[in-house]
Amino acid sequence: MAVPISVTRGQGPVLPEPSALPAGSGNRGRAALGRLTTAIRRNRKATAGVILLALFTLIALFPNLIPHYNPAEIFYGPKCPSCYSAPALVQASPSSAHWLGTDLEGHDVFSQVIVGTRAVLVLALVTGLLTTLIAMVVGVAAAYLGGTWDGVLNLVTDVLLVIPLFPLLIVIVKYAGQSGNVVLIAVLTITGWSYTARQLRAQAQSLRNRDFLLAAKVRGERSFYIIMVEMIPTMTSLLLACFLTNALYAVLAGSGLQFLGLGDPNLVSWGTTLYWANSQGALQAGLYLWEIVPGLCIALLGAAFALLNYAFDEISNPALRPMRASAKRKKVPLATPTPTPAGGRLATDDAHAG
Amino acid sequence: MRFALRRAGFLLITLWAALTLNFLLPRIMPGNPVEAAIASLRVPLTPSEINAIAAQFGVNQHQSLISEYFTYLGHILTGNLGVSFVHYPTPVTSYIATGIWWTLGLVGTTTVLAFLAGTAVGAIAAWRRGSRLDSTIPPLLVFTTAIPVFWVGLMLILVFSSVLGWLPSKGGYSLGATPSFTPAFVGDVLQHAILPAIALLITTIGAWVLTMRNTMVGTLTEDYVRMARAKGLPSHRIMVNYAARNAILPNLTGFAMSLGFVVSGAILIEYVFNYPGVGFMLLQAVESNDYPLMQGLFLLITVAVLLCIVLSDIATAILDPRTRTAS
Amino acid sequence: MTRTLADDSQGLARPNPPPGPLLEVRDLSVEYLLERAVIGAVDHVSLDVAAGEFLAIVGESGCGKSTLLFAVAQLLFPPAAITGGTVTFRGRNLVGLTEGEMSAVRWKDMSVVMQSAMNALNPVLTVGAQFRDVMRAHGAVGKQEIAQRSEEVMRMVGIDPVHLKSYPHQLSGGMRQRAMIAMAMLFTPELVIMDEPTSALDVVAQRSLMAQIKDLQQRFGFAVIFVTHDMSLVSHFSDRLMVMYAGQVSEVGPTRRLFDAPKHPYTAGLMDAFPSIRGPRVPLAGIPGSPPDLARPPEGCRFAARCPKVMERCKASDPPAYQVEGVDVRCFLYEAGGPR
Repeated sequence: MAVPISVTRGQGPVLPEPSALPAGSGNRGRAALGRLTTAIRRNRKATAGVILLALFTLIALFPNLIPHYNPAEIFYGPKCPSCYSAPALVQASPSSAHWLGTDLEGHDVFSQVIVGTRAVLVLALVTGLLTTLIAMVVGVAAAYLGGTWDGVLNLVTDVLLVIPLFPLLIVIVKYAGQSGNVVLIAVLTITGWSYTARQLRAQAQSLRNRDFLLAAKVRGERSFYIIMVEMIPTMTSLLLACFLTNALYAVLAGSGLQFLGLGDPNLVSWGTTLYWANSQGALQAGLYLWEIVPGLCIALLGAAFALLNYAFDEISNPALRPMRASAKRKKVPLATPTPTPAGGRLATDDAHAG
Repeated sequence: MRFALRRAGFLLITLWAALTLNFLLPRIMPGNPVEAAIASLRVPLTPSEINAIAAQFGVNQHQSLISEYFTYLGHILTGNLGVSFVHYPTPVTSYIATGIWWTLGLVGTTTVLAFLAGTAVGAIAAWRRGSRLDSTIPPLLVFTTAIPVFWVGLMLILVFSSVLGWLPSKGGYSLGATPSFTPAFVGDVLQHAILPAIALLITTIGAWVLTMRNTMVGTLTEDYVRMARAKGLPSHRIMVNYAARNAILPNLTGFAMSLGFVVSGAILIEYVFNYPGVGFMLLQAVESNDYPLMQGLFLLITVAVLLCIVLSDIATAILDPRTRTAS
Repeated sequence: MTRTLADDSQGLARPNPPPGPLLEVRDLSVEYLLERAVIGAVDHVSLDVAAGEFLAIVGESGCGKSTLLFAVAQLLFPPAAITGGTVTFRGRNLVGLTEGEMSAVRWKDMSVVMQSAMNALNPVLTVGAQFRDVMRAHGAVGKQEIAQRSEEVMRMVGIDPVHLKSYPHQLSGGMRQRAMIAMAMLFTPELVIMDEPTSALDVVAQRSLMAQIKDLQQRFGFAVIFVTHDMSLVSHFSDRLMVMYAGQVSEVGPTRRLFDAPKHPYTAGLMDAFPSIRGPRVPLAGIPGSPPDLARPPEGCRFAARCPKVMERCKASDPPAYQVEGVDVRCFLYEAGGPR
């Protein structure tokens, strides 16, 4: 369900050049990483994305850093004289005890959100990783092996791309019977690799005939070595971008399925929390925060992936970068102006010192 | 011509794959759908009734898998998608027909609108590179494409229905109203359609704007755009006839790929709003274990997507003379 | 005052142009304003083009000749920008004009022919449609007169007018290029700027295209600025030749004079690199080294690092242009008005 944010990458992409360092993919990899971190720091979107992602990862890894209750704990309201037992506390507005209020069964909403972070992140990252792996194998193999293999793999990829995935997911999950996180990951992975496989194949194809690969072949290296050690490290930035696309797809599709009730209803996750909110009528009961916050978190996590993805687009295709104000000036008044670019301007007017 | 044939071949293969998936899935997944179906009917059944249900399913103990497969294919080709379990004895096809117009109306119009508006905004943003429009829109849209569509729907309901009470939150039309072509009814339908439409528009328009803008930024560096400027053509003419007309071509192929996203959005929105379209129908079928209806809907959606691909191919052929005339 | 297409069809001579050269470029500088550096692509270039003159501009890749051309035609895209100098065309400075003011000049008085017609022609419009839209943009409305003029210019370059209905990808390379020239002739402008229009063609087609251009020039009397990296191509066709190096003009003067007696060491080096088919056999000499980095141009003469006649002075200061025997040459060897 990944939104094709960048068609430019799918069709004739503008590809990042492999580093000009001497052969040895270790060097290339390290240099690429260095350039990457600098680029991230400079690009505002990338920084925002990294910060959001880091925040959520932290919460997922160490939920106990933030005080919260057990999401299954039921809180009770005041006991009325004639009741047998205290009714469940239903609290719409935030209070000091319950920062986001409670749901219709007396569970604390804030705890559900905090504890649910881990499940969502696991879903996103694991699915993203596995899907990217499959996409990489399929894409690179198709490009490298060529011929009938290419044709067959291409066909499978394209068919999977065209078949509407969400209904397929619904149908598969329904037939599968169970519905835990593992099943969800498996199902999303099996169906979601096709879009990024196409992108990876495109790049692998353009790399295939580059000199450094032919040189490796002439040296007598085996295909497997060439693919793993020479090709793949050069594709790191696209692989990273694909991972982000797939993680975004996992978050949205996975939460969507959970929201429809097809996930494990006992699992604490943002999607399932929303499912309970919706099916129990949170809006009618006025428990707005219960509906708002889990969805907002999904949106923020998704936005983190999307921002990083978009920032990568800009980094790898300089034409898309935000333009500096001085570069926009097409006409220059008759008096020679002195534009002040961000980088150092070197003394070209000294050329006439003679 | 050869290209058209290859494309047709590919689409047919995809159709076949979908049909086969539909056939295989209930048979390879754990859980016996026939038993589930019987359980959902909640009445004691005679053995012959059980057999009839199994036959409906195409699961015939006495047939081999292969011949079951061909019987199934034969049924599909004659338009026989079986009979709904829950709405027995309505055939699947007629039941689907009741919902399809709602989906076409809602999803069809919003998709077309989102595509047209998104492409236009993307073209303008690329044309005015560096303007405020171009600096604010892309980051904003990157955000909107990541928001889950069902959440947008919920928030719209929250604001406009629960808090403000301006618009209804459920259904295609008010309870108790009888469908007719009176202005009152049409107004009612439109009222119910506004929130779902907005939700769909917000989440889908972003992709169109971004892809059009990115493609167009590349197109604007092409020589023929410089040439158009050299000819002294008016700005808007260059933007539309030279830049946008070329930039939109890869977008059309992207349209085909993003249909999956449109479908998922439609299903989720119909669920949130209880909108009586085929997406909602699918989910109800899932919940009530109405397998024939479920499978029929899956097929229908697949065919609809394939048709849209054909349409976008035709549109590309019309707009790009290079695909039409083999040089 | 308003000239109609009919006037062009009848070959009506333009009313007397204002005195002075048709095009006068003074101290034009163009820079690429990039994020990390500023690249001076064109450095204080001055040139004159008289009415009806054929000026060829030659130089290595990256010497700035195409950038200069686009700057003169006011066709630069960001990040390139004119950062100084004037471009006076028919007595009017084009630098600083708005698009609206410029569009009155475009195509009617000054047209452009680009390197690759495949890239310069809009792939989704027919050739005829592209002729039509420029004519409509400049006020012609009659379908009849538009069609008539379109057919006329096509015949002028030797293409059957039936191809007006074709799309660019349906024509052969040579035909496309000639169609571009036809388009440039629609208003019989006074100046046609050509950026390597023959580079994409084979040698036979190149020759025939050059002959065609020259023929048109003689019939209609327009001036041509022709940029190429192939000196031998323009040796017979151009009146004056300008040699560019690293964003500056190294030598400019009558073509024959540059060919027979090149003054600037770079020009001499270029001449030596193109062997004559009829002359004595000489060892092929190239020019060792490569052009300087224009983001960090050297202090002195830009050719100093590769010059066989370099002097100490050359490395310290950048020579101005000296006039010697009707040729402008930018080299200290000619300081006193003659070679040392």
